[in-house]
Formats: sequence, C-alpha cells, structure tokens
Amino acid sequence: MTGKLKSGRQVVEGSYAVAHAVAMCRPDVISAYPITPQTHVVEDLSQFVADGAIDAKYINVESEFSALSALVGASAAGARTYSATTSQGLALMHEVLFNVAGMRLPVVMTIVNRSMSAPINIWNDHQDSMSERDTGWIQLYAEDAQEIVDMTVQAYLIAEDPEVSLPVMVCMDGFILSHVFEPVDLLDQKAVDEFLPPFKPVSVLDPDNPKSFGMFVDPEYYMDFRYLVEQAMDQSRSKIRDAARRFESAFGRYYGDLIDTYHIDDAEIILVAMGSLVGTLRDVVDDLRSKGVPVGLLKIRAFRPFPADEIAEAIAGAKVVCVLDKNISLGTGEGAVCTEIKASLYNSDVSVPVIGFVIGLGGRDIPVSTVQRIVSKAKDVIKHGIKVESEFVDLKHSLVSIGT
Amino acid sequence: MIPHAPIGEPGSSLANKTGSWRIYMPVWNAELCNGCGTCETFCPEGVVHKRADSDTFIADYDYCKGCGICAHECPKDAIEMILEEK
Repeated sequence: MTGKLKSGRQVVEGSYAVAHAVAMCRPDVISAYPITPQTHVVEDLSQFVADGAIDAKYINVESEFSALSALVGASAAGARTYSATTSQGLALMHEVLFNVAGMRLPVVMTIVNRSMSAPINIWNDHQDSMSERDTGWIQLYAEDAQEIVDMTVQAYLIAEDPEVSLPVMVCMDGFILSHVFEPVDLLDQKAVDEFLPPFKPVSVLDPDNPKSFGMFVDPEYYMDFRYLVEQAMDQSRSKIRDAARRFESAFGRYYGDLIDTYHIDDAEIILVAMGSLVGTLRDVVDDLRSKGVPVGLLKIRAFRPFPADEIAEAIAGAKVVCVLDKNISLGTGEGAVCTEIKASLYNSDVSVPVIGFVIGLGGRDIPVSTVQRIVSKAKDVIKHGIKVESEFVDLKHSLVSIGT
Repeated sequence: MIPHAPIGEPGSSLANKTGSWRIYMPVWNAELCNGCGTCETFCPEGVVHKRADSDTFIADYDYCKGCGICAHECPKDAIEMILEEK
C-alpha cells in the first residue's frame, strides 16, 4: 500500500474513500485503535501520516477509551480531530462520548457499524451506534461510499459551527461499505479548502491563558448545561440542511438533508431504513413500482437530531409505514427507529399505522425477496389492520420457537 | 447566561465550599500535637495549615470535607474526628 493520495474518480475500497475524505479535511490530530471492520480506515490514515502525505499527528493508543480521551485534550486545545471505531470499541468509549458532547468538542468519528457481543460477531448491524443515541453526538448514516465521503466533509462543517459545537458520528455499514470497492469521486483539496474553513474553537485550552474544561457543576447548574446540548442539537437541524445545500453548490451532489425520500408522493406503503440497506430498497421500490405497487422509501440520514417533523410530513399521505431496524432495543420487542417514529407521531395530526421489522442483525443478508415479503405484510395491514406490531425477520424456525 | 460549555476561570473552584459535605470535623489537641506536619502533608485537599498563633495545625473548614485522613495518619493521635450536628 502506498500513502500517496489518489485523486479524481477512482475505484477504491470504501475505507480508503473515508480515509481520503478525512485527509482532505486537514485533521490536526488523529487517534484510533484498530478493530474490525474499521481497521482499513485507520491503516490508510496512519500510512498517509507516515508517508508525509498529510500533516497530522497520529496518536497510537492502547484502547478506544484512550483514543477518544486523547482527542478530548486535542480538540479542547483547538485541533481538528478524527477517530474511527466500531462495536466493542465504541462501547468502550461510552463514558468519553458523554464528555466530548458535554464539553462541546466538535470531534468527527467514523463508526463502521458492527453488531455487539455476545455472541461475538464482526458483521454489520446498527446496534453499536444506536446504543449511543443519548450521548449528545449528532449521528449521520450513509448509503454508499460516495455519500460517506461527502458526509464526512459536511460533518466537520456542522460540528465546528459555533452554534452547534457538538461531535458527529458518521456511520457506514461494516464490510458492506467499508470493504466494498466502488467508483468514487475523490475530493479535490482546493475545493474542500474552499468549502471547509479552518477550525475556530469557541474556547481554547491554552497554558498562557489557563481555564478548566469539563468543570464540576452542582445541582444548581447541571440541568442548564444539559439543556444547552439539547438546544445545540436542535440548532444543528438547520446547519445539516445548509451543509447539504452548500455541498451541492460546491460539488454537485445532494442526498437530502435529515431525510431523503424516493417515490413517496403517491405511496400507500412507505419503507423506512438507514444506511446501505436503502440501496436494496431503491431496487425493490423500482421493481414494485413497475408492477403498479404504490410503494415508496424514506431514508433517515440524521438519526440525531431525530427528524420527527420531516418524517411526519413525508408519511402523512401513506396507509402504512414499515420500519426496517438493524438494531433491537431489547425489552421493547422492536428497533429504536420504529419506537421513535411512533413516539414522534403520537401527539401529531398524522395517524398512519407503523409496523416494525428487526432485520439483518449480525450481518444476516437482506435479500430482495425478504423485502418483498415485508411489502406483502404491509398490504395485509392496509386490508385488515395491524396483527403483529413488530417482528424479527427471517428467524430460523429450526433454532428458535417463535411466538407463544 | 452560562457559557456554552462548562469552562472555568482559574481559581473559580473557591466558590464551591465543599466544607458543607463534612459529617465529622477534625479537631487538633494542642497538648498532644508535636507539630510534625504529617496532617498537612497527607491532606488530599490541601486545606490543613499551621496555625499562626501556635505550633499546632488547623483545617480550613470552608473546604475540609471531613475525610479523616489527617486523624488516621497523625502519629500522636492528636486529631479527633467530632460528629457535627446542626
């Protein structure tokens, strides 16, 4: 492998595409701990640094906890920072995730989504990042390698906006996106420099002008700081929209903002998903549309902040919504996206049946035929109402007894 | 308005009078105390100081949390931890 950066349109591995996009953002400090399937991203970046292809400090650490902790100090000192992790590594960062958000440090981190142990499994689902949804990080989910590239650059613009000043997780599906080779338009340094100004921190950790970061706060003030994080999350909505449109002006590509929609205007059945599964669903929608089935697609790009208003507006005219969750909130019987969509609709004027499908956990394949069966179930709901509100898709009847 | 993040100026922790956390209060017995300063050395809060008027010691009760380390370490058992009741 060479650290010399490629340019222009190239067939590259998804991990290389991310590493290249990060390099174009001129990070000052990178710290990460290798873990499958994130490894190639940080291998490429460490090679870039070692070869002098980018001017960044790469801090080798002994754990993910240390990787993110190193970035707390670096970001507070005014550095543009980057990390990447997955699964158990992200879980090990859990405590530090709250600190980064609460200290309002605009760290950008790629999450190469993978399942959680046990049983140990290295393949893709969204359980790792979904389990960190309350930590105060903005969460964006990409559909393909080009979107992960473009989203990474937008992530720095959003995170470092003084009115946001929050960290961002840019999530990509492990193996499905990280290890696939696709044609990607690699970004040009000059164009990225024009799009993304240098990081100007709101406050700087500086020995000549000492301050304490992450102060102890007593009950009289703690809640107010938590409210400020929520307020910043809310402000990030318009910044996410602005970043998407500004990126379109600069680079000619647009993917929607907090959500994207596909054939929803006259859709009776709307499928909801995040990440690479959306690509499969586009094909299913095209196929079923050609057969006259009124099906559409809603892709969630930003899970945090949660796009409640956008979703309500998009599904208002539908007769049933099918949420495909690559995670399970154990004890609720359904995935978190399904739960949150239902919760956000409860007091709204929109009354559409929502059914949930827990699908593709631990890398289980999601073939077109499975999605077609989900659409058949949606048709039954339109005719007969909801019989099963949420279910695990494609369980092996030979291994588990299902139902009661 | 509070700043966007919990960032403090130097010395601002003085506003946080942690002495209110205390349950037991260290009290020095001047007759037993030999002035060795072990209590001052071991105090994790740095709030034990030599008295101006004698060779014995005293805690700054605005910040002393009453942990009792000074009493535990004192080679002369000259520090008594007294329950504070209000």
